Amino acid sequence: MAIVIDETTKVVVQGMSGRIGQFHAGEMIETGTNVVAGVTPGKGGSKVLGRPVFDTVREAVAETGAEASLIFVPPPFAADAMMEAADAGIKTAVSVTDGIPAQDMMRVKRFLRRYPKERKMRLIGPNCAGVISPGKGFMGIMPPHIYMPGRVGIVGRSGTLGYEAASQMKALGIGVSTSVGIGGDPINGSSFRDILEMFEADAETDAVMMIGEIGGPQEAEAAGFVRDHMTKPVVAYVAGLSAPKGRQMGHAGAIISAFGESAQEKVELLSAVGITVAPNPSAMGETMAKVLEARKAA
Amino acid sequence: MDIHEYQAKEILAGFGVPVPRGGLAYSPEQAGYRARELGGDAWVVKAQIHSGGRGEAGGVKLCRSEEEVRDYAASLFGKSLVTKQTGAAGKDVYRVWVEGASDIRQELYLGFVLDRKTERIMIVASGHGGMEIEDLAEEDPESLRRMVIDPAVGLAEYQARELAFQLGLSGGQIAQMVGILRACYRAYRDLDAMMVEINPLVITGTGELVALDAKMSFDTNALYRRPDVAALRDPSQEDARESVAADNGLAYVGLDGDIGCIINGAGLAMATMDMIKLAGGEPANFLDIGGGASPERVCTAFRTVLSDPNVSVVLVNIFAGINRCDWIAEGVIKAYRELGLSLPVVVRLAGTNVEAGRKLLNASGLPIVAADTLAEAADAAVAARPDTPKAA
Repeated sequence: MAIVIDETTKVVVQGMSGRIGQFHAGEMIETGTNVVAGVTPGKGGSKVLGRPVFDTVREAVAETGAEASLIFVPPPFAADAMMEAADAGIKTAVSVTDGIPAQDMMRVKRFLRRYPKERKMRLIGPNCAGVISPGKGFMGIMPPHIYMPGRVGIVGRSGTLGYEAASQMKALGIGVSTSVGIGGDPINGSSFRDILEMFEADAETDAVMMIGEIGGPQEAEAAGFVRDHMTKPVVAYVAGLSAPKGRQMGHAGAIISAFGESAQEKVELLSAVGITVAPNPSAMGETMAKVLEARKAA
Repeated sequence: MDIHEYQAKEILAGFGVPVPRGGLAYSPEQAGYRARELGGDAWVVKAQIHSGGRGEAGGVKLCRSEEEVRDYAASLFGKSLVTKQTGAAGKDVYRVWVEGASDIRQELYLGFVLDRKTERIMIVASGHGGMEIEDLAEEDPESLRRMVIDPAVGLAEYQARELAFQLGLSGGQIAQMVGILRACYRAYRDLDAMMVEINPLVITGTGELVALDAKMSFDTNALYRRPDVAALRDPSQEDARESVAADNGLAYVGLDGDIGCIINGAGLAMATMDMIKLAGGEPANFLDIGGGASPERVCTAFRTVLSDPNVSVVLVNIFAGINRCDWIAEGVIKAYRELGLSLPVVVRLAGTNVEAGRKLLNASGLPIVAADTLAEAADAAVAARPDTPKAA
């Protein structure tokens, strides 16, 4: 059934009345995503793309049974939109917005902890490309046609590098169960570990491609999870081998500021737990092909 | 965004952190006047640049007379100070800070940072201050104390007290330290800081705690709601190319190589740089053109990359999702025409509207090297460098 989203998932789009929200909601509907409503405060009662627009997420959930939300809201209001979704009973929210203040995310993460586990919203992003289960549905800004349906999961910080991995695999006839962008910010909703755990439990995923980069402790945490809990093979690539220390490489989170945060150190950590690390970014697809081949032979 | 020491001290003093009395000077005469105004018989003159390690680089001096203050200030103004953090170019001194000398009995370290593991503000402290935190972590890791703050509650008084006792303080210093810790936390939280560092925090001969140096940096994503902080930005301390790029919505970091890079997405940009290195080349820069890039923005990206005189070839690598390959192609063509490009350009397009983009480039008749994959693009860029020996 893939993870996070499939053809049955009822999706609401927060900020659907805006230009960008409308464009991407349109793409989502075109590829079969079950978009049931939009939310824009003050635009309740109107229609966008044939879907009803509500003033609040709570109304949208009550009227349509929406369970997932894609949040297209500018940085100053994004954290508030996430908390609104969590409180309205949304199960999974994806935030694409880049440029949210770090302390806003700190508060959001603290806010999400107030709910018991079974009612706690899963947040993906911010500053990510979104989530796609090819052939079933997507929430985000990725070009859906580059993904081929299949049985390999992708999880990565970078959107475009995730596209690169998907297209390299497609060229080799390897399809994707679900691709998840976790985003490039220092504080994000879901970590590599969180998504790996979902792929491990997913009957439609056979292997995972994990795309990390410099900065932060999440690749190291993922390595621990793979060592202790993963039975499925994981292939990884870590971007930023040529990045100098202490310089922020675009993503707010992509900066080497502590021990263990350089690409080289992360590659060593991942290799040490049995993850096959692609030697360079254009070998992500072929490395996955080799790993799948070896597994079939075994 | 970084600010100067004197600005950080002023901010922290406003929240209740004790700092030495001092004054800012823009000229040697003004520095001398500041010394006279402060009184006493010894002053510390400190170059104001956005960097640590100023002492070792000759940017801080204890002076015993007004003349000495003036002469030393005169030697600093207009000088580029090279510290181990600035890189070879150094940073120019336009302001100096003059303060009364302090009687130092002990030096402590105090830092507030965003801890990415717990996703909370963390205090790092040591009874062993005065050196950079990296060196401290290496030389005396045992002395480092860490404490994580719950954003819903803030820094509790008992936490601050515990930390003060752990640092070996006693008597009236406990209450002073609690006050300083809570003041720094409030400054961090209320102003959307990313880092507050007092190093050293000193215990004076009379047992008082004083912030002898201070450093703050701020979350650029939050500057829209912190206009007072945003006003402290000092462009003279920034890399000119990087600031111009940032003002145009481009993330640019200058590096030492000769292959100029124009890429969308930070991850793909880093990966492309890795690929260039593996192909035997050296990237001249990191550049993320962002999402929804117009032909104008592509043109600006070219202008930014080409302002680095070392660039001998440009590699454009776009995997469009929210971007459009046809707009990128238009931008490349526009850059060729408007900037009169004469150096080789390698373009790899993939994703949204890729066919339209390729068609535009082909029809332009310009000598653009087209590549289909990331590996091909990197190889082509390295091969296109003027000093690459041509294969027979």
